[in-house]
Amino acid sequence: MTMTCMHGSRTKRQGRIRALLLVLLVASAVVCASSRQSGAGSAPGGKPTVRIGSTNFTEQLIVAELYAQVLEAHGYTVERRLNLGNREIVAPALESGQIDLVPEYLATYLTFVTKDKNKASTDPAATRRNLQEALAPRHLTVLDYAPAIDTNGFVVTKETADKYKAARLSDLTPVAGQLVLGAPPECPDRPFCIPGLRQVYGITFKDFKALDAGGPLTVAALEGRQVDVALLFTTDAVIAAKGLVLLQDDKRLQLADNIAPVVRDDLLAKAPADFRSLIDGVTAKITTEEITALNRKVGLDKQDPRAVAGDWLRQKGFVK
Amino acid sequence: MRIVLATAAWLTSPAHWQGSDGVAVRVAEHLALSGTALAAAALLALPVGLWLGHTGRHAPLVINLLNVGRGLPSLAILAFALPVAFWLGLGLGFWPTVLMLVPLGVPLIVINSYVAIRSVDREVVDVAWGTGMRGWEVFREVELPLGAPIILAGVRNAAVTIVATATLGALVASGGLGRYIVDGLARQETGRLVTGALLVALLSITTEAAFDMLERVVVPPSVRAAQHPGTRRLPNVGTRGSP
Repeated sequence: MTMTCMHGSRTKRQGRIRALLLVLLVASAVVCASSRQSGAGSAPGGKPTVRIGSTNFTEQLIVAELYAQVLEAHGYTVERRLNLGNREIVAPALESGQIDLVPEYLATYLTFVTKDKNKASTDPAATRRNLQEALAPRHLTVLDYAPAIDTNGFVVTKETADKYKAARLSDLTPVAGQLVLGAPPECPDRPFCIPGLRQVYGITFKDFKALDAGGPLTVAALEGRQVDVALLFTTDAVIAAKGLVLLQDDKRLQLADNIAPVVRDDLLAKAPADFRSLIDGVTAKITTEEITALNRKVGLDKQDPRAVAGDWLRQKGFVK
Repeated sequence: MRIVLATAAWLTSPAHWQGSDGVAVRVAEHLALSGTALAAAALLALPVGLWLGHTGRHAPLVINLLNVGRGLPSLAILAFALPVAFWLGLGLGFWPTVLMLVPLGVPLIVINSYVAIRSVDREVVDVAWGTGMRGWEVFREVELPLGAPIILAGVRNAAVTIVATATLGALVASGGLGRYIVDGLARQETGRLVTGALLVALLSITTEAAFDMLERVVVPPSVRAAQHPGTRRLPNVGTRGSP
């Protein structure tokens, strides 16, 4: 564009830009107003709308569906905001009020929130107390925890296990320099992943390959020998189904990662009393065996998480 | 300001320049991905585009089909390329990404090559036929050299698009600069994320500059002189933004 052109039409152009900005402003105001309405809106009968979020792996989708469907069966309106990303994405969304409820894991979430790995322990009750203490100033509440524990599991193929005679994580310490670890991209920052392996076991891998959160990429990379050790979740049925070897966490790096829903205090304040009892009722029935079986249906048998969750709730008598 | 500081801090840390996640390795991986994909795309597309231009036969059909293909989002092609790569036994990372990038480059090169040959002055071509040249000679001696700037423009566009889009490969465990973007997002590390984006932009600009230099070498001086400087880049038929 030449100088003369700019000079000649400057006022006209500026006017147009202002008009455009005004339109954008009005449009965004309308969008904001309507989205706020849906956030704080109430279903007929005085039950608030519950926005349920989840992170990006199978088990999270299933547990979120369990809570969503039991609430829906009792007259709540549920907005599903599932598969949002990892905890780095979901936790801020919960704190800033973009979602109301997220299924979490006691020890990992406590460590994530406090950035202090000494607060969590193998005792779920104590870990939950510490978590509640950390969450209170953030206006969040952790509800009852489930008997189910799902931690990071470090898995190798049968071949690798035989080659290095590895059954426990500490068996890897002397040979880790020859091995490549595959795990989600956030692993180098997470205390129960690379930093924890280094501090507790003295394990430093030759290399790290960023994959997904215990999903199909990770399994494929392990089977295709692009990684030697992979992070999968201990409740993942794929470990048994594919004959993989879950290395025993013999120095107890992983702590009380019981499944527990975390909710915003403002939702608890406006929800009727049945909200908490509905959620706690479902949570109490989630055992490690049950969730592993559900993970199998979705992860291996490729069933729809929504249908799998619905079947389970009916079978347990939570919905008709 | 916070973003600038975070990026500067990330870039100036020596640890981020070494090892398998270091800048040098990631740039090399990115070039390997893009180079392989561009070579494959050019190998597939140049003969087709030039033949279409030379004969003019079936051109509307092929060009229209390719234009439909260009509407497919690269992310969807990547999702499709992953199982295909597994099925072919090519594994994760590199090859599914290349499989995604090749269809991105092919239409740009075919369409530009076709247009390049078609836009050679018909009178000049007719004179060539009139002097008794055969079809192959007309193509080699007249159409190809005169069309070269536009053909190269197509390859250049394909290269720039491929370099920018290769970042998506990080979603299927590929290396390259997309790693910094995907991992930066996952780890909420602004410095890593912005560095990745900056380096990709820099690499795209460098690619563009490299092709300009290549054009100076490859295109005959007489053809270059004949081209009006203002119209030289007009026929970039396949220009397309990054995904």
